[in-house]
Amino acid sequence: MSQTTFIVGVDGSPAGDRALEFAKERAKLLDNSKLILCYIIEWSPYSFQTAEENEKRHQRREEEIAIAKERILDPAVTSVASAGFDVEGVVQHGDVAEILDRIARKNEGSQIVVGRVGARGIKERLFGGVSARLVSSAHVPVTIIP
Amino acid sequence: MNFIKHIFGIVFFTLIPSIALAQAEAGSFDQKVNEIFASSTGWFVSLIFAPLPGTSFPWIVMWLVVAATIFTLYFGFIQFRAFGHAISLVKGDYSDPNDAGEVSHFQALTTALSGTVGLGNIAGVAVAVGIGGPGATFWMILAGLMGMASKFTECTLGVKYRNEYEDGSVSGGPMYYMTKGFKERGIPGGAILAIIFSIFTIGGALGGGNMFQANQAHAQLVGITGGADSFLSGNGWITGLILATIVFLVIVGGIKSIANVTEKVVPFMGVLYVGAALIILIANYDKIGWAFGQIFEGAFTGLGVAGGLVGALIQGFKRAAFSNEAGVGSAAIAHSAVRTKEPVTEGVVSLLEPFIDTVVVCTMTALVITISGVLMTDPNTGLFILDGSSIKTVDGSSGVQLTSSAFGSSISWFPYVLAIAVVLFAFSTMISWSYYGLKAWTYLVGEGKTKETVFKVIFCIFIVIGAAAQLGAVIDFSDAMIFAMAVVNIIALYVLMPIVKREMNSYFERLRSNQITRFKGGEVEEN
Repeated sequence: MSQTTFIVGVDGSPAGDRALEFAKERAKLLDNSKLILCYIIEWSPYSFQTAEENEKRHQRREEEIAIAKERILDPAVTSVASAGFDVEGVVQHGDVAEILDRIARKNEGSQIVVGRVGARGIKERLFGGVSARLVSSAHVPVTIIP
Repeated sequence: MNFIKHIFGIVFFTLIPSIALAQAEAGSFDQKVNEIFASSTGWFVSLIFAPLPGTSFPWIVMWLVVAATIFTLYFGFIQFRAFGHAISLVKGDYSDPNDAGEVSHFQALTTALSGTVGLGNIAGVAVAVGIGGPGATFWMILAGLMGMASKFTECTLGVKYRNEYEDGSVSGGPMYYMTKGFKERGIPGGAILAIIFSIFTIGGALGGGNMFQANQAHAQLVGITGGADSFLSGNGWITGLILATIVFLVIVGGIKSIANVTEKVVPFMGVLYVGAALIILIANYDKIGWAFGQIFEGAFTGLGVAGGLVGALIQGFKRAAFSNEAGVGSAAIAHSAVRTKEPVTEGVVSLLEPFIDTVVVCTMTALVITISGVLMTDPNTGLFILDGSSIKTVDGSSGVQLTSSAFGSSISWFPYVLAIAVVLFAFSTMISWSYYGLKAWTYLVGEGKTKETVFKVIFCIFIVIGAAAQLGAVIDFSDAMIFAMAVVNIIALYVLMPIVKREMNSYFERLRSNQITRFKGGEVEEN
């Protein structure tokens, strides 16, 4: 039987934890399953920066990735692994909805699981939050945990 | 090195205590500084802006235009061939998703643009059209299109020879391609050129990139708060101190939020400016054909401006060169932070810079001034009426005031928006040039927190001086410094252009044979 891969969005928030719990429960019911925990750092290539920020950007990026791994992703991966799951962690910069979908396609994920966060700010009210954009653009089924 | 420190030491300690006094006895202080500068630097200014024998054409403008023409021919009209590819690169079609979070082509381009789009596009164009007539616009556009090839050359080199440090930060610019590139070609003199270039860059940063900006921003603020009756009139130190405080907070205090706000507001202002110009053009659509007629006719006949055809040509060329900084070398510093394995890609992206700056924004200003009818013509002959060497205007204004009244004749409240735009443009130009100056400074004196802070503090002090005083000679000198950068930089570009050509041919060959991965917008979607 082929492997079933769950793509789980984690961000250290209670909503992210609920998504992870849900994915674990589903994965437990399957013989051959894998969890890919993703921490996405919101980032746009079209933002405006000063020359000094540009100069240090590579360094900042490394720091952001290290912090995300250290504080959120690695502890989550360790605890999931110790519970006996096949698990992998991914940190990436970019648009959350776009990157989760890209990771799902690349790893032949069978579904994406994310926690729901209420709409924050005007931008999200106008253009939809991450979960809404994910639902409308993803190439695989999406489960949103309330 | 010590010599430079010495010079700055003198300027630093003589000027600081004098600022307060200067306000009380403005005349004598200004005069004194003017005299000292004029007597010691006048020869340099005259040398840089000297006209070609028998003409009134400054040789430095010819130097920039000839270089742009040579690069255009040498790289086979790269600015037209690669224009579409430049847009794909900026859109991120060739950006590896695994590099997300690094500096994108878009960010490198907009950072460089915020240093060039500014007062030159608003005030400078008005000066050019005010003296050279609408015909100057034609020559300005032509020089802008040629300048794209100069930018391509310097920015490709900027990325190719940048320094990448262990902590992942990067430093690039003409001083690095002068030393490393010359060494690679086995040609001596690179290190000396790099030092000369750095000295001129520091001068240009403190002058044209700082004092001139502060001075003009202050003039605009006085203009809209009541002219001579304004509380700011004669109190430039207030504007200067406020600007200096904000710049200090950003560059020394590391208060990024202020820079972030400007970096978002400045592009918005740019769009607003072009948008307002477009609205005026659309409202006067019946005159657009006529305006282009004036531009073409003026370009070849002069339509009665001082100096005729040649007068229009000089003004147009001069404005393009002054505005987009192609060949000056400053952009090579700004563009070199991009994340790319192919230096040519950043060169290609950078050629959009003179296009946006000169061909789009400057042309908008020129069209609005032409269409608004603020330039007076003789109804019988159709030729412009002269007032001295410049064209007579309806309200007698010139420079930024001329742009202001041209926009104001269609949209009455626009002069206020324009004033805010001018101050913000000046601010973002200062932030950009503080960085260029700092890079040159650390190249000379070495890197280190204290050394960097010394330069940043000096930079802030010069803002106050620039806004407070009417230092004509100082400003002439700083303009001359910026163009002196071009003298040194273009020599280096001539020496290194075969390297750029090799890079260019190799890159475009691989692009054609699909060895360069397209990640987005291609026929095959890569994951």
